[in-house]
Amino acid sequence: MSVDPRRVIVDVANVSKHFGEGDARVDALKDIDLAVHAGEVVALLGPSGSGKTTLLNVIGCIIDPSAGKVTLDDELVYDNRWLRSDLRKLRLDKIGFIFQFHNLLPFLDAKDNVALVLKLAGKSATEAQRRALELLDYLEVGHRKDSMPALLSGGEAQRVAIARALANSPRIILADEPTAALDSKRAGIVMDLLRKLAAEQDACIIAVTHDEKIYDRFDKLFHLRDGRLDGGDMA
Amino acid sequence: MNLAYRDVRHNLFRFVLTCLGLSLLMAVVLAMIGIYNGLVSDALNIVKAPQVDLWVVESGTQGPFAEASKLPGGTRDAVARLHGVVAAGSITYQTVEAPFRGDTLRLYLIGYEPGRPGGPDVVSQGRGIEQSHFEIVADVKSGLSIGDVIRLGRNPFTVVGLVEDTTNSGGDPAAFITLRDAQVLQTQLAPAAQRVQEARGAGLLESQDSVAAVIARLKPNADPQAVAQTVQQWKHLTALTQADQESILLLSVVDRAKRQIGLFLGILLTVSAVVIALIIYTMTMEKLKQIATLKLIGAPDRTIIGLIVQQSLALGAVGWSFGLILILLVKDYFPRRVVLEPINAAALAGIILVVCIAASGLGVRAALKVDPATAIGG
Repeated sequence: MSVDPRRVIVDVANVSKHFGEGDARVDALKDIDLAVHAGEVVALLGPSGSGKTTLLNVIGCIIDPSAGKVTLDDELVYDNRWLRSDLRKLRLDKIGFIFQFHNLLPFLDAKDNVALVLKLAGKSATEAQRRALELLDYLEVGHRKDSMPALLSGGEAQRVAIARALANSPRIILADEPTAALDSKRAGIVMDLLRKLAAEQDACIIAVTHDEKIYDRFDKLFHLRDGRLDGGDMA
Repeated sequence: MNLAYRDVRHNLFRFVLTCLGLSLLMAVVLAMIGIYNGLVSDALNIVKAPQVDLWVVESGTQGPFAEASKLPGGTRDAVARLHGVVAAGSITYQTVEAPFRGDTLRLYLIGYEPGRPGGPDVVSQGRGIEQSHFEIVADVKSGLSIGDVIRLGRNPFTVVGLVEDTTNSGGDPAAFITLRDAQVLQTQLAPAAQRVQEARGAGLLESQDSVAAVIARLKPNADPQAVAQTVQQWKHLTALTQADQESILLLSVVDRAKRQIGLFLGILLTVSAVVIALIIYTMTMEKLKQIATLKLIGAPDRTIIGLIVQQSLALGAVGWSFGLILILLVKDYFPRRVVLEPINAAALAGIILVVCIAASGLGVRAALKVDPATAIGG
């Protein structure tokens, strides 16, 4: 699969987000501009309350921006055409999420946690199972396919979560502290894996992190301070 | 991939425990329905037992069950001669308490004339009354066995037969004796009181030849209403058809108990609905993070609603089934008869279905309000 580094997958233009009104108004994001290209792995850095998670939520079609435009894989979102169910479908088709604490469904085994996304996307049960096993094998957790999440180690659970995020071949992967629950060795392995997958799937990865040990695994580091984005330092 | 089933399987022990609790509640609801049915059935059994078409009672009364009624013994002959009457018999009813094996046995005594209407319909063990005196046929619930001797008044009676499902509306087991024995029992004084009466020269307080009612079987083509109207021409008598008698019994004797149990049943169903709603709501609240994750990865609302509603229905179905099995296993140990008809179980299933769907609405509302953003971050 060839990577076209010039193609913008996530385009955030003049995005602002505030919560509350009057004296209670909090400006979480102020005139954010961000462009992430295919195959790029970028980090959002900043202290707590700087707006990292809010920006991730806006890009992930979870909360609406107060102003500005967001274009995801050539689709302009938040322009009144989109219903909440449409945004959920957009998330299913184009965005994969990786969480700090893996958030696997505790009542499904590793294989079905991955297959669920494919089933929701309309794939047949057989196709969903086949692709889930393929991904788990690729991420070297295929031998744990029948294990429940509670029985997986932190690293295994995070790899299953990555498999779930990749299951539907999304163009955008949003990761919230993807290595926070892992030791430095496993954190490096997970980041290398994400880089490899971004390149192979022509996807971009935007990760919120505080983990300085993995800064060198990112193509660009963006700093958020008081809702403003500085950025694009090369790691 | 059924998420509701997977979640239940994952938390099977807790789900089964919850179902068990709910099933106990369902068993109590079914028991109340069964007790109510038993009450009605017992009351009607006594009226239906003689298999007659007409009840002739004292004028102005609704006897002999709803009110006391007293007729001269000779009334039977007059009724038997009426056009359309095939057979008539005199009958008395009284409740007695008799010492038996160191305990007190409460019996609903029916005095009848052997060979005439009023006796037991089917004797399940032993035989019917063949002697003129001191034989008794009792309901099995009395605990009496064939050959047992029980003292009623001054005389010992021998149990010669047993019948089933013959109790009065109060749940007292019925026992049949001859009319003569019943009349003596009603009027005979204790020896000391008898001596006082004789010393006063008063003799017996009242005539022994009185009965509670005269019952009559009619020819197949006879109109009970027409025969009843004929009887009413005698000013000292009132005639009630079998349907009238059943209606009086249900309205006057059973009605208060029926309303009491009905109210209690309503409270139980309300409590069940609240309990189911709370269980479903709690189950949903425990899954909020998972529901947020499902929303975040793009699961449509119908998937989330399905998860909650299916679990709610499963809870209701299992609770109802266990409850039904439980009550069927223990119903014969209740002091009162518990009668459950398939329609009762089906009606409760329908109510539980509605309650479960309504109760899951609370959980669904909570689930749909979950912000998918809560899945992001710790």
